[in-house]
Amino acid sequence: MDSSISQHADENLWGGGDQKPLNASYGKLMMWFFIVSDALTFSAFLAAYGFSRFKFIETWPIADEVFTHVPFFHGNFPMYYVAFMTFVLIMSSVTMVLAVDAGHSMNKKKVVLYMLLTIIGGAIFVGSQAWEWATFIKGDYGALETKGGRILQFVDINTGDRVAISELAIEDPSETAVYHSSSQGVWFESGEKPSTYSLEEVTSGFLANEAVTIRTERINEEGEKTVLSRDEAIAKLSDAVRVVEGANLIRNEYGSRLFADFFFFITGFHGFHVFSGVMINIIIFFNVLIGTYEKRGHYEMVEKVGLYWHFVDLVWVFVFTFFYLV
Amino acid sequence: MAHEHKLTIFRGLVTFKNNQQKIWGVLLFLSLVTAVEVGLGIVKPEFLTKSSLLGTKLLNWIFIILTLVKAYYIAWDFMHLRDERASLRRVVVWTPVFLIVYLITLLLSEANYVYEMFNTTFMTWDF
Repeated sequence: MDSSISQHADENLWGGGDQKPLNASYGKLMMWFFIVSDALTFSAFLAAYGFSRFKFIETWPIADEVFTHVPFFHGNFPMYYVAFMTFVLIMSSVTMVLAVDAGHSMNKKKVVLYMLLTIIGGAIFVGSQAWEWATFIKGDYGALETKGGRILQFVDINTGDRVAISELAIEDPSETAVYHSSSQGVWFESGEKPSTYSLEEVTSGFLANEAVTIRTERINEEGEKTVLSRDEAIAKLSDAVRVVEGANLIRNEYGSRLFADFFFFITGFHGFHVFSGVMINIIIFFNVLIGTYEKRGHYEMVEKVGLYWHFVDLVWVFVFTFFYLV
Repeated sequence: MAHEHKLTIFRGLVTFKNNQQKIWGVLLFLSLVTAVEVGLGIVKPEFLTKSSLLGTKLLNWIFIILTLVKAYYIAWDFMHLRDERASLRRVVVWTPVFLIVYLITLLLSEANYVYEMFNTTFMTWDF
């Protein structure tokens, strides 16, 4: 587009006239405007995250200990899956830029192939993110929450490994917990969803098991969470008011509640961008298939969605660093 | 549609034969940087976590710098900023950079103040 400066005869309204100080078409400039404003939105989110983190710098959850799962595998794999997601997104950025390149040489077949690969990459990323959300919401070990909203987690007194509340709790048969369910004809209207184990069950289990102690949110000099001695732990236990399993916008078994809130907002907002990017890519993909840009004489539309797609990748690079690494 | 691509990266250190080659080269570089980041994140070398500069661990500085390096190559080579006019490049890059640096400076110093208040005043929040 930029090399075919139009004559007055076919000057169209949106072409921006003959003078193009930035040497870019209207569409591309508008995409850049959008990207700049969207970048500011994302940086506001990340800066707010930084604010909350600096405010609670001593008690912030350690991401390595939160994101340790890989689908189909059991064990402790910190960061591996997020690194894989990052690689998928960079890869789909590469196929996008190859599609743009093929568009410049008017090679329709190659544009189709690379657009398709880009869409697949984006879909894998969104799917992975959905899985990660599900894992995060479900939680793994469970924890106790104190009156002040702080989290107490259980660890093995010798190895320091985490202990799940399900291993710990002694189930109390006298507790006849009948929860309202649709089959019983009583609708659950308000109040908190009961946890799998009650606070009493976990507490009695803890007192009976000498090999378990409590880990608090506070980060010590070594950059690790503080592990209490058995006596301190028993004293601390009286502060606990409820059992927390998994994470949501109100409670978070991994630590600070704000961590979960920002996780949902930032990765959610980014995931929404990826999702819309995939949708836009699909539209453009079909346009390429039916030859719209072949007829138009140039593939600038592919270039414009490409800019958006790369921007989504660019944002992820920052989210990855500030949420998972730092 | 003769698009001119500048094919030299790393300030003239590496020149590619064509645009496709450059794209794969940049991918290789970005993957390498990501691998280094993840590796450092898992190993956490002690000399990097123990020492700090301006209140931030050296390891975190490395992460931030590597991120900016990645962002540069994504914007310059994938988003073709390298091939755009300098005026467009400056408008697109410096406007957000200025605003973001401003915002981050204000918010982080404010957060630091709140943290100090939590620690030095007669207020408990860990109970």
